[in-house]
Formats: sequence, structure tokens, C-alpha cells
Amino acid sequence: MTASARTREAGLSVTRLDVKQATGSSLHRFQVGESLRLPVESAMSDCRRQWNREDELPVYLAGPISTGPNQRKSFGMFSSVEGAFESKTIDFDNYAVGRKGSRTPRSGSRERLLDTGEPVGKTPSEGREGSPSHPPGERDDGRPGVETRCSAGKEILTTQGLNSERLLIKGGRVVNDDQSLYADVYIEDGLIKYLQSMIIPLSFPHPYVIEANGRMVIPGGIDVDTCFMKPFLGTQPVDDFLQGTKAALAGGTTMIIDHVSPQPGDSLLEAFERWQEAADKKACCDYSLHVDIPQWNESVKDELELLVQEKGINSFQVYMAYKDLYQMSDSELYEAFSFLKQLGAVVLVHAENGDLIAQEQRKILGMGITGPEGHPLSRPEELEAEAVFRAITLGNRVNCPIYITKVMSKSAADTITQARRKGCLVFGEAITASLATDGSHYWSKNWAKAAAYVTSPPLSPDPTTPDHLHTLLACGDLQVVGSAHCTYSTSQKAIGKDDFTLIPEGTNGVEERMGFVWDKAVAMGKMDENQFVAVTSTNAAKIFNLYPRKGRIAVGSDADIVIWDPDSVKTISAKLQQSAGEYNIFEGLECRGGPALVLSQGQVVYEEGKLQVQQGTGRFIPRKHFPDLAYQRVKFRNQVKGKQGVIRGMYDGPVYDVVPTPKYITPSPSAKTSPTSHQPPPIRNLHQSNFSLSGAQIDDNMPRRSGHRIVAPPGGRSNITSLG
Amino acid sequence: MMSERRCSPEDDCSSLLSRLGSDSPRPRMKYGGMFCSVEGAFENKTLNFESFSPQTQRRRAARTRSDKKNYSKREGDRLIVKGGKIVNDDQSFYADVYIEDGTIKQMGENLIIPSGVRTVDAYGQLVIPGGIDANTNLQAPQKGLNPTDDFYQGTRAAVSGGTTTIMDHVLVEPGMSLLSAFDQWRDTAEQRACCDFSLHLDITRWHDGLYEELETLVKDKGVNSFLFFMAYKDKYQSSDSQLYEAFWVLRDLGAIAQVHAENGDIIDEEQKKLLCLGITGPEGHVLSHPEEVETEAVYRAVTIAKQANCPLYVTKVMSKSAADVIAKARKKGMVVYGEPITAGLATDGSHYWSKDWATAAAFVMSPPLNPDPSTPQYLTALLACGDLQVTSSAQASFSTAQKAVGKDDFTLIPEGTNGIEERMSVVWDRAVCTGKMDENEFVAVTSTNAAKLFNMYPRKGRIAVGSDADIVVWNPKETRTVSAKTHNLTVEVNILEGLEFRGVASVVISGGRVVLEDGKLNVTEGSGRFIPRKAFPDAVYKRIRARSKMAEARGVPRGNYDGPVHDVISMTKSVPPTPTSRGPPCPKTLTGSRNLHQSGFTLAGSQVDDHIPRRSTQRIVAPPGGRSNITSLS
Repeated sequence: MTASARTREAGLSVTRLDVKQATGSSLHRFQVGESLRLPVESAMSDCRRQWNREDELPVYLAGPISTGPNQRKSFGMFSSVEGAFESKTIDFDNYAVGRKGSRTPRSGSRERLLDTGEPVGKTPSEGREGSPSHPPGERDDGRPGVETRCSAGKEILTTQGLNSERLLIKGGRVVNDDQSLYADVYIEDGLIKYLQSMIIPLSFPHPYVIEANGRMVIPGGIDVDTCFMKPFLGTQPVDDFLQGTKAALAGGTTMIIDHVSPQPGDSLLEAFERWQEAADKKACCDYSLHVDIPQWNESVKDELELLVQEKGINSFQVYMAYKDLYQMSDSELYEAFSFLKQLGAVVLVHAENGDLIAQEQRKILGMGITGPEGHPLSRPEELEAEAVFRAITLGNRVNCPIYITKVMSKSAADTITQARRKGCLVFGEAITASLATDGSHYWSKNWAKAAAYVTSPPLSPDPTTPDHLHTLLACGDLQVVGSAHCTYSTSQKAIGKDDFTLIPEGTNGVEERMGFVWDKAVAMGKMDENQFVAVTSTNAAKIFNLYPRKGRIAVGSDADIVIWDPDSVKTISAKLQQSAGEYNIFEGLECRGGPALVLSQGQVVYEEGKLQVQQGTGRFIPRKHFPDLAYQRVKFRNQVKGKQGVIRGMYDGPVYDVVPTPKYITPSPSAKTSPTSHQPPPIRNLHQSNFSLSGAQIDDNMPRRSGHRIVAPPGGRSNITSLG
Repeated sequence: MMSERRCSPEDDCSSLLSRLGSDSPRPRMKYGGMFCSVEGAFENKTLNFESFSPQTQRRRAARTRSDKKNYSKREGDRLIVKGGKIVNDDQSFYADVYIEDGTIKQMGENLIIPSGVRTVDAYGQLVIPGGIDANTNLQAPQKGLNPTDDFYQGTRAAVSGGTTTIMDHVLVEPGMSLLSAFDQWRDTAEQRACCDFSLHLDITRWHDGLYEELETLVKDKGVNSFLFFMAYKDKYQSSDSQLYEAFWVLRDLGAIAQVHAENGDIIDEEQKKLLCLGITGPEGHVLSHPEEVETEAVYRAVTIAKQANCPLYVTKVMSKSAADVIAKARKKGMVVYGEPITAGLATDGSHYWSKDWATAAAFVMSPPLNPDPSTPQYLTALLACGDLQVTSSAQASFSTAQKAVGKDDFTLIPEGTNGIEERMSVVWDRAVCTGKMDENEFVAVTSTNAAKLFNMYPRKGRIAVGSDADIVVWNPKETRTVSAKTHNLTVEVNILEGLEFRGVASVVISGGRVVLEDGKLNVTEGSGRFIPRKAFPDAVYKRIRARSKMAEARGVPRGNYDGPVHDVISMTKSVPPTPTSRGPPCPKTLTGSRNLHQSGFTLAGSQVDDHIPRRSTQRIVAPPGGRSNITSLS
């Protein structure tokens, strides 16, 4: 009660201040501390406008804030992020009681920060509120300079009634990755504007109040690994961006990062634009994109640079599997890693040894095994672990952060664990399927069922794998939970009915992702709710530089919020799911915990089992390069790791004479040598012994007893005669 | 003459080995431990002395018959080693050893021996089986340079250090015939070597066409180990696929796969980078061959070998982490062996930063010596506990003038260090004297294990009746200081210069002849015999065989899938033709066909599976031929 009184008082005082500002100058900066809590219309517009400016430069993403007055000590594994604790909602006294005193330095630091921030161009794309008059398809995502943003006042005032959604979540327990606390969350225009215990609804005009009744309020999940458009032999997954994001929202995931999968030879840029266009039309939740690099060559470099610098992509996937298709050799990987490191991008690695897989596949087909069980047989766990090890070695050599997608087996996970223990920069992602089920189903008598589980790397047949992966997630050795959602219908899977290598790879999981982590880790006591938030949302946001816009409930963050019901129990079934796939690999499994209500961009999109989504409302979220979590250490290591030669005098002794031998180019490692007929002629270097003993030599004084061996008959001894 | 000589050891060996122990009255119980599952390993051991002493006459009668057929250069050499403590890998005991015709004829106390036998006094000393150096390069040229120490110089040094058998690597240049290379090597070695030798083959470019040659080598020529390179990009390096195929073939032939484990791709990139940085000295070598590159390759090799179910022998384990990978793999049950070398056990890689170019260059070898000074102790510890099995020398000496070829570019420095002479002393000093290892283990890692792995056991690697008379009288008390001045190699630098080692071979008997006594070498050029090795060494292949039987994958018998099948557009990627792909080895393969006739799907009439809710079926109803990619993406 007293708190609310103070709030109102403060609000008034701030109003004055803001009016002054609004009238005073054109230089409007969004000031989290003040304008967020303005309950007055004018202030609303003010902050609206400022937020539009923010689209060009979101204050919390803009860069380091070093001088916050109550900056907390860094601790824990993810806390070294610069500025991560700014603008957090922990210092309530700062807002409630001691606010006046502490506000000035805070806002001061913000001003400074904005001034030092980069001017234009790095734009998080505008959401619905920015371009209400445009049909969704025409939105110019991420493009700066839309007129409504700079011009203040009028236009926004007219439109704000339509768009600003005011929501108040009351009485919930806000769970972030670092702490949980009871607080009310006030949301406006798709952003969290206010986070405090006991917000009196009266102080805000017409909010829509949601009573959380003590349930958990968590940041919406981020699914970093989906493939909603990945083509396979010309067919597309049955879950496109619409179906897929619907399923995601129904499961409490409010943001997805999809893989752009160009084919070898395609332009990355074009592929990216195709994906973005499709997603803009269809996606119901915010999305971002990874770009897969199907092959490495010079022309790719320019496109990568463009994607990073201008398109807001900071993560690229490379493949160590799919021989003769996507696979890169170690040399190419080394080059790719080096290049991506310069760009400040995160390297995603699909880690499997493609050479060996190709061999095993041939062998197994040769044995007459054509069913889906051939898939795990040809991709044993060791090959995954080996490739993970190699990827980490390469990453470590290049000093580049590595992100292993789809960690499916214990040994691969352990490899990552050990590497992290040695200080390697590597992140690991477990996926829904590997966390909730195992690979025993590949041996199902039902072909359709067995085929539904086909994904790469395959699910490990070891039934203790899910448990182990959950344990590693809980202790932080694995960091992220993705879904690798890529659903094909049974008829599509049946393309490979006579040859398991042709079965399109992918399982569902986007909808079940959060639920199973809760069920298998939190409900089992392995993980607490904060770690749950970390692995399902916050860590991903940090690694891919979405933080703190996503992945946290804090003032200024996007209003992607889930009210989580830990007690709900549901039985997974293909009949009840949002995904369009006709087979659910978790069919019949019970899952405790699920979203009771999902807010995406401040809109209620899911409530009590009902989805209310609008196609095309998802925005593309660009991501800056050099995410702190991944790159801060890299920067330091770069400085430390310089190599130096030894300064010596010149060697002035005798030097042996060498005839340059012709050099052969071995075929690239993924390649195999051709059969004998293609063998190059033997290098029996007959000119090798051009050593002459005539005359005095420079090195006659040197004792070189072996010199006499060089005196061979000219032309050397022939092989054939010496056989006799 | 020569061919005759070459045949004879084989005959000798086969008769010798086949007869071994067959009439032993009391075969001992077998027990666990790493090398004890060898068939017949405990037959005919020298525990049951009474069975030999009284009946010697009968046995000798049996032997002399076969001996008559044998031509032996060592005729007439009769020796008795008296008073020493016989040390084998499993036990030590006091006994005299009587040697005749190059083999051990009797063991025990109070032997009945003919008169006029020369006596070697071994009182207070150890009598151990002669060392086996499983990795030498006495003839393999590098960048056109021949090692300064050839078979004569090298084996001479080996003998002086207590090693009586060497296994040399035949480097087959890409495109060269394996057989001709082998014959050439063997020929040279038979003319020059002063001790018995055997040969590994280094295969630098694998292709299917090698199969027949490999088969000949394994079945007829007595070679059962082949080395592959994972380093030396664009020169010797084999890809994973090649390794897999080769391992598969070797497994079928019963041979052992050896790898030089370093990731050549990364090394290549690192070398380029370092040269760009202006680092051209020998320190660039170690900087461009970091430890993890070795570790990674070992891990990969182990994985490939596991997949192919082929025994793997990692040559030159130089770093802690690589050794750890091997130890872990062994703990998981993989059949993998690791070999540390003299240099790795005795010194470390700090010398690469020496201000003296010649010193620094002398240490250049691949994988390089590890700069971590605790590496030698660590490797010794693993050797002692059995995680690493064999010590070798990786001897390949190049003179300073030869090394100076790379004076402006470290990548051109010929790689190799000495160590053939100091090997046994180093192990004794670093492992036995420090208390890490007992004398039996010392014998195991310097001799017996190698003999077992490469199927020379019990002819080599053991002091037992019937074994070759390769015997060393080891003086554990004496010390020796290593110096290039006093060593028996021709190379002018010794990387162990100035180090003092306890434990010296005081007498060496090779093939029944005393070749080292009182510090004097008395070797004969060309006295070394080629030791053929049979395929399927028991120590290695017993497990492999059992696993091959177990590991057969089986398919799941299912009814035919009769549901709808999605239409696949014809033009869509049939696996893009790459220059790299080549004829598959398996007869039955997917022939890249995209089976256009696969979609037997029709919507007419009722379907078997009409009752199954299949919501996505409507997606199949696409225009015939399917939607093209381009339109569907817009």
C-alpha cells in the first residue's frame, strides 16, 4: 500500500520531468528508470516514441554499462556478461525508496551510453507497434529510417489506442535464471515496463489484469534449433513456420531460431532472404535465423560478412557429416572457424564423422539392412564423440567459440564436459528427443514408428542417456535445450522405405521441449526452477546475443512471458498436438508441467489450452556479432596467446643439398584416392644423389661420416636387380 | 646362398614354434593380466626344471635331427651364461642358460653340458631377453635425404645398448609397389644389419589395388603390421575413409594397424600461419604441432579402429593427453596399444627454444617432444601400469648439415631423433631406478610386449628353452653418460647429450654369439636375419575374433511398408557428383538412384490405412511432379 502510494507520487514527479523533456528538445532518450513507470497518457506516447527510437538502438543491447551505481558483483558461469546486471530488477529499493537518489547516476550512465552507442543501422526490427498500418508482409524488417520512428507525437498518439496492450500479471513468482521473486509485471506495447512487488492496477489506465496466483512467471522459452523449411529431396517439413511456431507457443516457447539450409551452390544471402520472407509471412512468434554453410569457398566469405554486418546473423552452422554434400574437411573447417571468429560469429557444428558414416552405411546396406535400424547402426555414438572432439580441437586451435548442436549421446556430452574443464570455449545443446526418449525405437516392428525417430545424430540406444544429459544440463556442462524440430510426414519418411539413408531426418519436439525438461529434470529434483529458465531460455539468449531483450523478465525486456503451471499433467499424443506431423515420437508419454498462459510480444497467445495466434506477427530479431558470453574470453585469449619466435644468429654451418621433389596433392581428406589406374607415377627420385665429392667442399672440415653413403651408382640402384 | 639363408630361418622358426612345449608334462594354470591369454605362453616355461634336466638327451636327439637341415651361421657357438638372475616378464629366478646353435637349449642349475663351452659370467647381474626396438627408421628417406645411420650403424648402436631385434619401417613412397619396397628394404638390411630385424610397412597412399600386395606380404612375406599417416598433408596423409577401408582389410588379413597420429590438416594450417608470422626456427615445429593435434588424431584413430574392429598400435605417443586417450580407450575395452619412445621418456621439448639452432633442430621430430617437463614422468608411469605397452626409439638420425636444409623454414627440417642405443638404459633409469616399475615389467616393455604384439613370441622376448639366444646381461649398477663422442651412431648430435643413465648392458648375445663384451662391440655386418611374423598374433587377435562374431548387426524383419510414399522430384539432388567419390568397395551399394518409381501412392479406392488418422496426407496432394523448390519458397 505504501509502496503504491510512493509509486504514484514518483510517477507524478517524473511526469513533470518528462513533459519538460518532451517539450524541451528533440533529443529524447529512453530512460528506463523514469518513463517506464509513467501512468499518464502523455508519458505513454513519450515512451512509445522513444521506443521507436529504440528500435534503432535498444538501450539494453547497446553495449557495456560500466558505471551503474549498484552494479552487482559478477559471479557464476554466465555472469561475466558486461552490463548484464544493469537494468535488472533486483534493486527494488532503487525504485521504491531510494529511487530519487539513485536515479540520476543511472540515467546519466544511460545517456552516456546512448551517445557512445553506434549511430544507426544495427536495428532490431520493429514490431507490430511500429508499423500498424502496414500489412505484415510488407514490413521492412530491420531496416532503419521508417518515418514513424523519428517523428514523434501525432501518428503515434492516434495509433496507440489500437496497439498498446497493457497487461498486468499480478501475484506471480517471477523466475529468472539467477533468482526468483514475487513481483507484478506490467507490460505495455510488448515490453515489460514495470516490475515490482505490488503494483496497484488503479495507477495504470485500463490494464488487462492476469492473476497469476503465485504461479511461476518465467521468460518465454527460446528454441535455438528448429528446421521449419529444411528441404529434403525437394520436400519440405510438414511443419512450416506457421505450424511450427504455433506448436512452439503452445509449449511455452516464444522465440525460435531456425536454420537456413541452403544447398551447395546456393547463395547464402538469397537463401536467407527466402527464409526470412517465409517466416515473416507465417511465423507467430519472434524468430531469428542461423545460416548453414553448405560448402566452404571464397565466395561464401563475402556473403557471410554481409550477413553478419548487415543482416543481424551471428551464428552459422557447419557440417562434419553428410559426406559429398555438406561435409567440410578439417582444413576447410579451420579456415571457416578462423573467418567466423574474425566476424564475431558463433560456430554451430553438426558433429559426426561423415567419412566413417558413409563407409558404415555402405557396409550396412551391403549386409541387406535397409530399415530404420540401419540409421543408428551406421551412426554409432563413437562417431559423434569423435567429431565433437575434433571440432573442439579445431576450435581451440583457432581460438573460436564452438557450439555443438544436438548432443545426442553420453560420450559426446562427456567430451564437451571434459573440454570445458580444460577451458575450451564450447557450448553443448541437448534436444527434446534426446532428453525424453531413446533410440530403442529404431528397432520397432512398425516401420512408420521406427522411421519417425530418424534424426542425425541418432538417438542413442542406451536408455540411460536422457538421464545423463539432464544431469549435465543441471550442472551446467550442457547449456541449451533445443528441439531440432523438423517434422516429416510418414509418407515423406517413406521415401526411404527401401533404403534408410534416404529417410528424411528430423523429429518433432518444439512443443514438448519445455515440458520434458521440467518433467525430467525439475520435477525429479535435478534442477531448480532458475536453472530451468537458464537452459530453456536465458543461456540461449546470452550465447546468441539476444540478452537481455529475450531470456529475462526485466524492465525493458520483450514481453515474452510464460506463466508456468508445474502441476499440469498431460499425455503427449499426435492427436492433441499443434504440430502437423501425424506421428509424435513422444506418443503416450506423460509430462508434468506446462504453460498455463503464454504471452508473446505482450499479447496473450495461449491460455488454458487455447491458441490465439495471428499469422505473420513474428518479428525477425537481428543479433549482433561478438556476443559477450562467447567472445569476451576469446578477446583476452587473443591478446595472451601471441606466438613468438626465438631470436638466433644465422645458421652458418654446412647445408645438405636437396633436390626439390615433385609434390603431390593428396585428395582432400573427405575424398578417397582413386584406384590404381589413377595413381600418379611413382616418385623414385633418381636425381636425388647429385652430391659431388669433387673438389674441396665448404664443409670438408665437418665430421660427416655418413657422407660416403651418398656415393651411389649414378641413377641409383634399381629395384629389380636388388631383388635377386 | 642368400636365398638359402633367407629361407632357413623360416623353416627353423616354424619347426621351432610348432614343437614348443607340446610335450610339457605340467602346463601351468593361466591367469588374467594383459598379455597372458597368449596361447602356449606358459607352455614350456622353465619352471619345471626337472623335466628338462634328466630328459635332455631325448629332446636333444629330437632337435639335432632338425638342426642338421638348418644352415646356421652361428654353428659352433656354444655358450653358457652362468650365475645370473633370469628375468622374464612374468618372473625372475636364478638359473644358468645353455645356448647352442643360436637357440637356448637348456636352462636350470647344474646343467649337463658338453665340454669346451664358453662361459659368460653373469654373477650379480640380470639376464634378460634382448630388447626389441619396435620402431626404427634406418633407411627411410625424408625429403630425399637418407638417414645418416643405416642398418649397419643403427643395429650396431642397438646392440651396444642391449637391443637385439629391431623392427624397421619400410617407407613406401606414394605410387610405389609395396612388394618391391619391401624387398629392397629386406635386401639392404640383410646385407647390413648386425642383429635380427623385422619390417613394418608404411603405406602412404591407400587404395583398393593394394589388397593383393598386402595379402602377399602378410601371408608369404611375414609382415603383419602396417603404418598409416594421419599427418603430412598432401604427401602421406590418409583420410578417414581410407583409414577405415585399410583397417577393415588389415583386420581381415590379421595384421596390426599402426598410425602416425597427428591431424595433418590443422598442422598444415598452423604451419602456414606461423611462417606468415615470421617464425622460421625449430620452435615453429613444436608450435605448429601442438599437443591437442596429436590427441585429436589419436582419438580419431581409436574411433576408426573401433568401427573397423581392427587392432591399433599408436606409434610415438609423445604427450600426456594422447597417452590419456589411449588409456581411456583401453579402459573402454578397445584393442589399442601405445608406444612411447626414448626421446619422449628421457627429455622434453624445451630445447626447441634453444638459442643454438643446431641443438634445437636436432630435436625436431613428429609428433614433437612435449614442452611440458612433466611429460616423461607421466609417460613412464603409464608405461609402468600397462596403459602404454611398448618402448621404442623412433630412431631416425639426420646430421646437422641435413637438418640445415630447413634453416630458413622449419617445415623442411628432416624429422627424427636418435635413441636406439639409449632406449633400454633410459627405461631402466627412469622407471626401474625410480621405483615405478620392477625388473619384470622392464623386460615386458622393452622386449616381451613387442614380441607378443607382433607375433615373435616366444621366439623373441623371452628367455626360455627353444627361444632365440638373444640375451642381455644387464648390469643395473653401472652408469653411463651419453655423449655424441662416445655413442655408436654416426650422427654428430645426441639429444640426450650429457645425461647419465643407470643400467648398462654388459654382455649382449645376439643369435647365440657374444657381440658385446667388456665394452667392446664385435658385430658382423650382415649377420642379422629377417624375422618373419605370422598374421593373427594371439595377444591381439583373440579378442578381435571374438568381437567380430559378436558384433554382427542384424536388421529387423518387418512387413513391407505399404503406406503412401511422398513423391520425390527427379531433378532434385541425386548426390552431387564429386570428383572425390569413387567406386564403393562393397558389392551392394546404393547406386545414387533416387528411385522415381517409388511412389506407388494412389488415392483411388479405399486404402489399407484409411482408419489411421493421418492429417498431413493432404500435403502429398501436390501437382504431379511435385512443386518445385523455387515456387514453394516464395
